[in-house]
Formats: sequence, C-alpha cells, structure tokens
Amino acid sequence: MSGDVLARVLTENSLIAAFVVVGALVMVSYWLSARLTRGHIHGSAVAIALGLLLAYAGGVATGGSKGLADIGVFAGIGIMGGAMFRDFAIVATAFGAELEALKKAGLVGALSVVIGVVLSFVVGALVALAFGYTDAVSVSTIGAGAATYIVGPVTGTALGASSEVVALSIAAGLTKSVLVMIGTPLVAGRIGLDNPHSAMIYGGLMGTTSGVAGGLAATDPKLVPYGAMTATFYTGVGCLLAPSVLYLVVRAVL
Amino acid sequence: MVIYGVALLSFCMLVGVFLGDLLGELIGVQANVGGVGIAMLLLILLSNLTSQRFSLAPMTESGIHFWSAMYIPIVVAMAARQNVVAAVSSGWMAIIAGVAAVAASFLLIPVLSKAGRGRPE
Repeated sequence: MSGDVLARVLTENSLIAAFVVVGALVMVSYWLSARLTRGHIHGSAVAIALGLLLAYAGGVATGGSKGLADIGVFAGIGIMGGAMFRDFAIVATAFGAELEALKKAGLVGALSVVIGVVLSFVVGALVALAFGYTDAVSVSTIGAGAATYIVGPVTGTALGASSEVVALSIAAGLTKSVLVMIGTPLVAGRIGLDNPHSAMIYGGLMGTTSGVAGGLAATDPKLVPYGAMTATFYTGVGCLLAPSVLYLVVRAVL
Repeated sequence: MVIYGVALLSFCMLVGVFLGDLLGELIGVQANVGGVGIAMLLLILLSNLTSQRFSLAPMTESGIHFWSAMYIPIVVAMAARQNVVAAVSSGWMAIIAGVAAVAASFLLIPVLSKAGRGRPE
C-alpha cells in the first residue's frame, strides 16, 4: 500500500522527483570519477554515460522511445531533459561569454556550419551507397540523417522517402549524437578543443545540439556557450541544404 | 530580485526562438534556424549594455547563474531520455553512417582551427 502511495507521489510530482534522481546520479558519478578514475574521466562525463546507460535500460524495459522517461515514476526526467529546459540552460550559459571571442571566430564559425553539414551528408551518403542503396532519395535521406536526427526525417519527408529509410536516417543521427556526447572528452586534447575559437568550430562541424551540449559539458563547461552558439544554426542550415542543393547533386551524380 | 534575472533570460529565449522560427519560415524549411543562438547573442548584448550604464543587481544575476549552473544536470537528464535502444539496434548501416560522420568531423576541427587562425588580422 505504501508502495502505491509512493509511486503516486513520484508520478504527481514528476519534475521534483527528477531533480532527486539526477542529483543522486551526479553524486554517484562524481564519486566514481574520483575513486575509480582518480579524476581522469570528468564526473559529468561519467554522469552522461550513466544517463545513456539508464536510457538504454529504460528503452529495453518499456519499448518506448524516451529512455528512462518512459517509466512512470521517472517521467519528470523527460521534462527536465526536454528541449525546453535544455535550450533555456544553454542560453543561460551565454551569460558571461566574451563577445570578443565570438566576433573573432565569427566567420570561420559560420563557415564550419556549412562545411559540417556537407561533410556529414557526403559521409552518410557514401555509407548508404556502400550498403547498396542506389536511388537518390534514399541516399540523400540517409546522408541527411548523418547530419542530425532532425535533418534526416525533414529531408526524407520532403523527398518522399520510405518510412524504413527515414527510420534509418533517425538512427544514424542518434548514433552521432550519442557518440559525440561520449567521444568528445576522449579526443578533446588531440583535436585542440580547449579554447573558444576551436569550440565554435567544433559546434559548427558537429551540429547535434544534444551531442555538443553533452560533449562540452563533459570536457569543459566554460566552452559550452561558444560551441552551442554555432551548433544551433546547424539543423536549420541542414534542413535548407539537404533536400535542395545536396539532393540535386546526388541525383546528378547517380 | 531573482525573478528579474529569470525573466530576462526567459525573454531572451522567447525572442530568439520566435525569430528562429520566423527565419525558418522565411527560407522555407520546417525547422528553427538558430533560435537558441540568437537568444544567446541577445542575452550577451543586453547584459553588456546594462553593465555600461547600470549593472545588474547581484540577485538579478543569480537568477541567471542558477540556470547556467543547472546546465550539466539538465544535460544528464537529457542523456537519460535519449532513444539509445533505437541508436544501437537499428543495424550496422545507421551506426557506421553516424560513426563515420563523427570521425570525419572530429578530424576536420584542427584543420579549420588552424585555417581560421592563419588569416591575417
């Protein structure tokens, strides 16, 4: 009986429950980071990795698409980690960002968005070709999915791709975003990701807002506003280029 | 007052997202174009503007700092609600496409960083 009451309280106050769950998760992660890795892997990187693991467990348990948030008592995770709060917190990180640094990397930052969209599209399209897709619509949709998991379905819908191909394009984008979250802190040193300048280029090239948000949080939170700034233009540019210019190029080549 | 900071932050976000949606409709794509980026620029401009004539009160600032500090926990929650199962169970093609795109982009970061720096000031 008390179990029912507890479940009801947690469900009715889901956002508050999420604060407790995430707080505990962060606490465990920082402890693990200090004890097991002696601080080599940052606590927030551990927390994000644990979050992804829990999302996997939640997805397996419920068959839903929102990870841990599909389990009733954890539904608040879905609100707390949803686009509204994510974007709100990203905007807040801009407070204290240096206008000068933004201006200096402005041009190359903007350029990196276009280069990033085209690069991911081409790589995704080549993989689609290698797996035997030969029609321009499918190849373009999968290429667009390699940009972000929003560009993929938007392109697929615009071009009239099959739902199977659209699903694949979303999966390619999801893989990218998960990998950017986990991979960024591991390669940050080698690719020179340690200043506002390269963070803006990184955001423009990667483009996945959630991937960049997670990746920079786990690398150096001070870089977040610079990477997030360029990344937020990526999906829009991708939705602009992929179903139009890039599709026409693919159709001309095939 | 704390609410002034939160309200300023919220105002910036709404204006940014509104302009981003408008921009998206203007160029005919079904997406928000840079809404969050515009909001960030607006917040930076507004907070710099005020610091020249009168500074934001510390309590007002703390309303913004709180949400900035909540950034990592929110990202952790975001990670916990991703469709990880779909990402890892959709077959090799989607995974390889995603991995290859990330690898190629990572490799290009140092190249572009150097190119951007190499320009004469």
